[in-house]
Amino acid sequence: MTTAMAVGGVLSSFEPRGEGRDPVWLAEARLAALGWVGEHGFPTRKDEDWKYTGLDPILAVPFEAATPGSARRVSADMINAAAVDLGGPRLVFVNGHFVAEFSRLTGLPAGAEVTNLAAVLAAGPERLEPFFAHAPGEHHAFAAFNDVLAEDGAFVHLTPGTCVDEPIQLVFFSDTGGVPLMSSPRSVILAGPGSRATIVETYAGIDGDVYCTNAVTEAVLADGARIEHYKVQDEPVSAFHLALLDVRQGRNSRFSSRSVMLGSSIARHEVRVLLEDVGAEVSLDGVYLPQGDQLHDNTIFVDHAATNCTSHQLYKGVLDGRGHGVFNGYIMVRPGADGTDANQKNKNLILSDRAEVDTRPRLEIYTDDVKCTHGAAVDQLDEDALLYLRTRGIPLEAARGLLIDAFVHEMVDRIGLEALRAQLEALVASRFGNGDRPVEP
Amino acid sequence: MMLKIEELHASIEDNEILRGVNLELNAGEVHAIMGPNGSGKSTLASVLIGREGYDVSGSVCYEGQDLLALSPEDRAAAGVFLAFQHPVEIPGVGNMYFMRTALNSLRRQRGQDELDSVDFLALAQERMKLVEMDQTFMSRSVNEGFSGGEKKRNEILQMAILEPKLAILDETDSGLDIDALRVVANGVNALRSEGRAMLVITHHQRLLDYIVPDRVHVMAAGRIVRSGDKDLALELEEHGYTGLRQQHNSGRPALSGATQ
Ligand SMILES: Nc1ncnc2c1ncn2[C@@H]1O[C@H](COP(=O)(O)OP(=O)(O)O)[C@@H](O)[C@H]1O
Ligand SMILES: [Mg+2]
Repeated sequence: MTTAMAVGGVLSSFEPRGEGRDPVWLAEARLAALGWVGEHGFPTRKDEDWKYTGLDPILAVPFEAATPGSARRVSADMINAAAVDLGGPRLVFVNGHFVAEFSRLTGLPAGAEVTNLAAVLAAGPERLEPFFAHAPGEHHAFAAFNDVLAEDGAFVHLTPGTCVDEPIQLVFFSDTGGVPLMSSPRSVILAGPGSRATIVETYAGIDGDVYCTNAVTEAVLADGARIEHYKVQDEPVSAFHLALLDVRQGRNSRFSSRSVMLGSSIARHEVRVLLEDVGAEVSLDGVYLPQGDQLHDNTIFVDHAATNCTSHQLYKGVLDGRGHGVFNGYIMVRPGADGTDANQKNKNLILSDRAEVDTRPRLEIYTDDVKCTHGAAVDQLDEDALLYLRTRGIPLEAARGLLIDAFVHEMVDRIGLEALRAQLEALVASRFGNGDRPVEP
Repeated sequence: MMLKIEELHASIEDNEILRGVNLELNAGEVHAIMGPNGSGKSTLASVLIGREGYDVSGSVCYEGQDLLALSPEDRAAAGVFLAFQHPVEIPGVGNMYFMRTALNSLRRQRGQDELDSVDFLALAQERMKLVEMDQTFMSRSVNEGFSGGEKKRNEILQMAILEPKLAILDETDSGLDIDALRVVANGVNALRSEGRAMLVITHHQRLLDYIVPDRVHVMAAGRIVRSGDKDLALELEEHGYTGLRQQHNSGRPALSGATQ
């Protein structure tokens, strides 16, 4: 599926930095992944899944792999400003590496192991073998590249029946110290049977810093597990963001993920969900707000491989300036996946005649007993509604803000965590010049 | 004089819709504009509130200002209001929030203090009684899923809350059953006052049994072809628009396009 291309510039000179600390299986997996990238190269626009997202600007930057000591300026205040403290357990990573002094791991129930990947690699690496031992390049070159370079990230393990009430917050902050950095966080969430937790990932950095976050998060939900996942991507526009959220779901498990994409010059958030056993449910939604020269790509693959599974997708984009949005949503219903209920919706609001959106909802169905719907819409602000608001005395800019807010609000409203919702409401509102929107009583 | 319209023309592309409208309206007066479908009544209202897309000539003087030079929001701040013939639905914008934002925008532009949500709620509840509207409508999106009659009540409620000086009502009566018509008319009558003028557009005489106008104007093919007191409406009912035009304007070719 990947078209060959010479491995991009400086990226080709990367090598695993294991320095002898990696166990043999990991060192081998890293070399295999590197070999795969060398052979297949990075995706180009000839690849179906990368058709609208050119990577040349990323491949042209002479990145260096981030090391634990790369940060210069980061402070607790900067981190709190980027990711409002939700009060529960909090793991902070700077340039992809865990920083204990900014983190808080108290208040967890006995069955919840919440730590960082490097600690697991040091203490009992064999637990991670299944995650690195998959076929190299199974997804694409950037995921393989994460295999090569990943040294740290979050590790969450819930034993059967464990419920974590407070949200587990993962903050990925970047502070390059002036050197273009490639950071490669790798997070693993293992939810045992009947366990429950909420996980919030936030990605942010410092304006003007040039870096690329190449993040992989894997979640495995055993029977009856429930994970509520959030992702806020608010990297500076000087940065790039490539992420893969890879989910496997067991019988009657429930997974939801809500993504808010604000930052980066090129951002791609890929979600792959395998509904592996009977009755699993997944709900994915996202809002993307490219403006200026930003490109925001949401690529989704939901794989219905068992009977009676349900999937919902709702993605909404607001495109301003020369912003470019991509929605590439793919649902596969495998033979025998009877009783599948899958739907997918993508809605876009275009505010500028230089903005663009490419939307490609796709269904591939190999069984009869299914309920599947999909749809895409691209609209402009409703001129009649704008006039209506203005005739009531609401000035043009505020009227536009009100309508944009109304479009996005449905998504923000779905965020169950109040502090997070308030932060995102403010971020979205300030972006569209309607900063004084009062909170509804 | 509150409003003086002189030789107002409006066209879209090569289609001249208003062909020289003249009208004068004083504070405290209620004027009715009647006329067949397609005669240009809604276009006149649209031009007065500043809808874009028309080539407009002529003049509209409102309280000493050139109304045509103002943006729609500035016209609203100056006290002009239109109850739309077809109010637009705005999903995702709460009705209550919308009305409070509107009132506070107007108050801000007029240098008055804004109302907080508690004070606004009290005001809204009081005005809702006027149009016998249930508070559940306030927590829904603006006009979304409202029936025709509910939309019209919602327009009058906005008028009652925003307290304009010049209210234009565009076929607020059409699509209403007799009870709803009475409710809307009572609401309008309660808002009649010394300082307020109203332009009531309708093509049924029925509404004018409830809202008794000071003057009645008949519009046809983009012009006001006849004006008179409230009895003109009765005359219209008897003879119909066609009869009236023949009677008054026999042989005037400019009106021939008005028959529908
Ligand atoms: N946007 C438009 N584009 C072209 N013609 C229009 C437009 N709006 C109205 N018209 C035409 O102008 C005439 C007057 O319409 P309107 O003002 O709505 O009449 P009324 O309200 O009296 O029924 C009609 O012939 C109508 O078709
Ligand atoms: Mg009309």
